[in-house]
Amino acid sequence: MNTRSTRKYVAAGAVALMSLGALSGCSGGDGDSADGTTTLTFWHNGTTEPIQSIWQDAVDEYEKANPDITIDVVPIQNEDIDTKIPLALSSDSPPDIYFSRGGGQLATQAQSGQIADITEYTSDWIGDLGKAADNWAVDGVQHGVPYASQVVGFWYRTDLFAQAGITSTPTTLDELNDTVDKLKAAGIAPIAVGGKDRWPDAFYYNSFAVRECGEDVLKKGLAEGDLSDECFTKAGQDVIDFIATEPFQEGFNGTPAQQGAGSSAGLVANGGAAMELQGTWHKSVMQGLTDTDLDPLVGWFPFPEVDGGEGDPSATLGGGDGFACTQKHAEECADFLEFLSNDDIQSELVESQVVAIPVKEAAAATITDPVMKSVYDFNTEAAYIATYFDVALPTAAGSALNDAVANLFAGKGTAESVAEAVKAAE
Amino acid sequence: MSTITAVVTRDVTTAAGSPSPQGAPRRRSHLRKRLELALLLGPATLLFVTFVFLPLVAAAYYSLFDWNGFGPLVDFVGLDNYTKALGDPLFQGAISHNLFIVIASLVVQLPLSIALALLLNGKIKGRTALRLLVFAPYVLSEAVTAVIWLSLLQPNGVVDGLLEGAGLGGLVQLWLADQNIVMLTLFAVITWKYIGFGIILFLAGLQGVPEELREAAQIDGATGWQTTRLIVLPLLGPTIRIWVFLSIIGSLQLFDLVWIMTLGGPAGASTTMASYLIDRGFRRYEFGFGSAVAIILFAICFVFALFYQRFALRRDTQGAITGRVE
Repeated sequence: MNTRSTRKYVAAGAVALMSLGALSGCSGGDGDSADGTTTLTFWHNGTTEPIQSIWQDAVDEYEKANPDITIDVVPIQNEDIDTKIPLALSSDSPPDIYFSRGGGQLATQAQSGQIADITEYTSDWIGDLGKAADNWAVDGVQHGVPYASQVVGFWYRTDLFAQAGITSTPTTLDELNDTVDKLKAAGIAPIAVGGKDRWPDAFYYNSFAVRECGEDVLKKGLAEGDLSDECFTKAGQDVIDFIATEPFQEGFNGTPAQQGAGSSAGLVANGGAAMELQGTWHKSVMQGLTDTDLDPLVGWFPFPEVDGGEGDPSATLGGGDGFACTQKHAEECADFLEFLSNDDIQSELVESQVVAIPVKEAAAATITDPVMKSVYDFNTEAAYIATYFDVALPTAAGSALNDAVANLFAGKGTAESVAEAVKAAE
Repeated sequence: MSTITAVVTRDVTTAAGSPSPQGAPRRRSHLRKRLELALLLGPATLLFVTFVFLPLVAAAYYSLFDWNGFGPLVDFVGLDNYTKALGDPLFQGAISHNLFIVIASLVVQLPLSIALALLLNGKIKGRTALRLLVFAPYVLSEAVTAVIWLSLLQPNGVVDGLLEGAGLGGLVQLWLADQNIVMLTLFAVITWKYIGFGIILFLAGLQGVPEELREAAQIDGATGWQTTRLIVLPLLGPTIRIWVFLSIIGSLQLFDLVWIMTLGGPAGASTTMASYLIDRGFRRYEFGFGSAVAIILFAICFVFALFYQRFALRRDTQGAITGRVE
């Protein structure tokens, strides 16, 4: 029985949320005051330290250098920000600068007509950020600027690998299967996955697709939301076959990804499982879930090669974090984002280990940890980076893809079902 | 309400000093009554219209469009969103999961909480402590409950450890990962959380059962069970009917626990109507479709509430929406 009085209003409340977006996104006024100063609203998802202070300090410094600009900083918790942004974008007063992962998600948001074209304001310097910035452009129009890149690979426990007599990290799928067998024989859960949250499941399908599909087929498929090419079916079959080898921890479909010691991140952090396929943020997430210093215990290797795959073996799944601009103060927003991507702030992000792969090469010099350095080098040398499929695709299709892969993990669906789900959601 | 108004009105006329002949004062008191009504009901009505009624109308309107939340509503699809939702096996599954919780709550929680309330109403040692104990989980927010149980129920977690410690290792399940078990697990957590509320409600109801009736029954030679069945339970009727109402509405709108503990998974095995709605609306940006699901959920709850008020709560809530009961 659920009698908490607020529960009575879930339906009405949800309806209210869905329709009163204008209210919740409301910040009042257009930010231009009579005395000539401009106020920008800045939404970011860094609600924890050290990143919250890094952004705040950057804003303080920027305001000092630009007395006519005031920036209203609004940190919003990561899960909430994804809900608030669409509501704000359907209102009259969206934030001027907001957190964005780029890709198809940004393209979907651009349909609101509220996102700014900052191509002319960024053209002088955006080249310094390399190919990472492409992901914040839609059809050649720059809408935002990244501050970090990420790649997905296996984080593993060197101590548990040694305990199972594994001397080198696997480079092919067969070797990965051997590694799994050896770990099982040693009584160690080989791979942790946070199946409850669905997106970690999708990393497997996405990574297999990056291996199975050639670059052009992959990029065309994601751009058109059409995964009907045979290579995507192969990726689906690869996932099914891989799950059949039972490499994951017990009850993985109910395991959260990052919440507490029982989460997949917590399992690896505390030695309950030997490895996990995750993004570059994962080491700091794991460190947050254990008192043991993970530096000497954790290593990284890329997703292994797959026999007969068309994809370049050095390619990888990845993405990044950045900020996008809305129209009202496009020029000011672009100027602030240029400031945010300066070498000093980039180095600070790296030193605080918030960011593993800075978008500015100069900041990479500050990476000292050898494992993090190897991740950085892998990213630099990658033939190409395929954006997380759920970000690359329009939002509805991306979310449908995650759900369909999660169904495969729960034993439901076929090799084709992921492509079918994406098509149905288009 | 009407008595208060009457009292106030009379005071005013006496205070005025001159009980003038009919006409003017009565009109003035009418005006005053209206002003009072406007003052007392106005703010609530305004809030209700702004935050419940208008959004409802807006959602009903959005539900007729294929709309991702951005830009103008141009893609009119009529009732397509409704047929799509009702035809989706996942949503049908969600409805059946809600129904499971509704029925399981009635079959398990109702007798259990009445029995425990009867027990705690008797003169037993440590009664206050026990009452506090059963009520404690209800004080926790649903989100906190969900996070706690999510960690307790992980494989080799605390629950499994306790079962094994008690020699019941054979009962250990993949509580949240097994598609055949997950709804039972959620129901157990719901019961843990809300049983205390039912018990407190029934304890309060039991205070309204006159001691004289029980004594009279005893004198007439009724056994304890007969007294309970023939005297106490019938007098507990209004409380039971209210509990059933709250329970069913709560079960139909089940969301927080599911969202935090399973996200409706694995493979939709624990999706509820509300979690389906949030999933499609906010995660997929299908706001038109999400609105249609919200309207369906609202309609189910509303129709149930109306019928229940009309037929079951009728004798308990005179005049609410049922009109005068003769």
